[in-house]
Amino acid sequence: MKAKIIITPKKAVLDPQGKTVQNALEHMGYSGIQGVHVGKYIEIDLAPGSDPETARQALEDASHRFLSNPIIEDFRLEIAD
Amino acid sequence: MRFAVIQFPASNCDQDAVHALRNILGQEADLVWHKETSLAGADAVVVPGGFSYGDYLRCGAIARFSPVMQAVQQFASNGGIVLGICNGFQVLCEAGLLPGALIRNRSLQFRCEQVYLRTVTRRSPFTRAIPGGRILRVPIAHGDGCYFADTETLATLRAKDQILWEYANAAGNPTDDANPNGSVQNIAGICNARRNVAGLMPHPERACESILGGEDGRLIFDGILAYLRERAASRAA
Repeated sequence: MKAKIIITPKKAVLDPQGKTVQNALEHMGYSGIQGVHVGKYIEIDLAPGSDPETARQALEDASHRFLSNPIIEDFRLEIAD
Repeated sequence: MRFAVIQFPASNCDQDAVHALRNILGQEADLVWHKETSLAGADAVVVPGGFSYGDYLRCGAIARFSPVMQAVQQFASNGGIVLGICNGFQVLCEAGLLPGALIRNRSLQFRCEQVYLRTVTRRSPFTRAIPGGRILRVPIAHGDGCYFADTETLATLRAKDQILWEYANAAGNPTDDANPNGSVQNIAGICNARRNVAGLMPHPERACESILGGEDGRLIFDGILAYLRERAASRAA
């Protein structure tokens, strides 16, 4: 079982990386792109037989306190087999 | 006075801070390793610049959970003077000792240059020795120095006079051109509401002797020392 945590910059926060990637895509000729946001992806291997709900609660807490910074980032947590 | 200079794996301005404090300002300065749980009777703490824990995850995110930071939290909550410089500022924000966060520079470049700072308020131990109207010239060296806080936090910082320094031009005007990293409202350094914890991205410890291009950084340490001496005198009285 794995936990997947996707962290993205908050809308109100300057994202120069996203903007630069967007400009590059446009220069390469990819059209129709409205916005690019560069974030982080964290994959956590959970011990076999872990209770998904317990793992979710623990990792929600860890994501708030440590894995993301709520001042500048949003996160999405998924528990997958 | 006795300063504790915190040392994390990949701190790299720790020795600069110790040099400035010991050899230029004539104070005691001890390096305190990140695994320590005590500050050994220090009068003030400097959290120095560098790339603590390789800047992994986010700048300062891992350092903030190190054992020594629990001691720094305690020291700060007892009213102790804490100054975070560059990565130290990032660590103090991550630790919640200062509001806001520091993100990637607007230019995406690592900026290593001299900047000018306008002191917004002299009402803090960190700014009290800076003569009114004096524009400081100090170096910066960072890739993630863009200060961000939401509008509500910014309003509180203004209302409580917690913004200590703004990036400015040589004439002291906080223009967009003078902002090296895109910091909101040109903010270069702030303090907490209690005014005993401050952080700034520029490096005052690298601007304490003329051979390094200027002595303006001394004024920040002079203020801390004046405050500590006053406090010691009032406690003795």
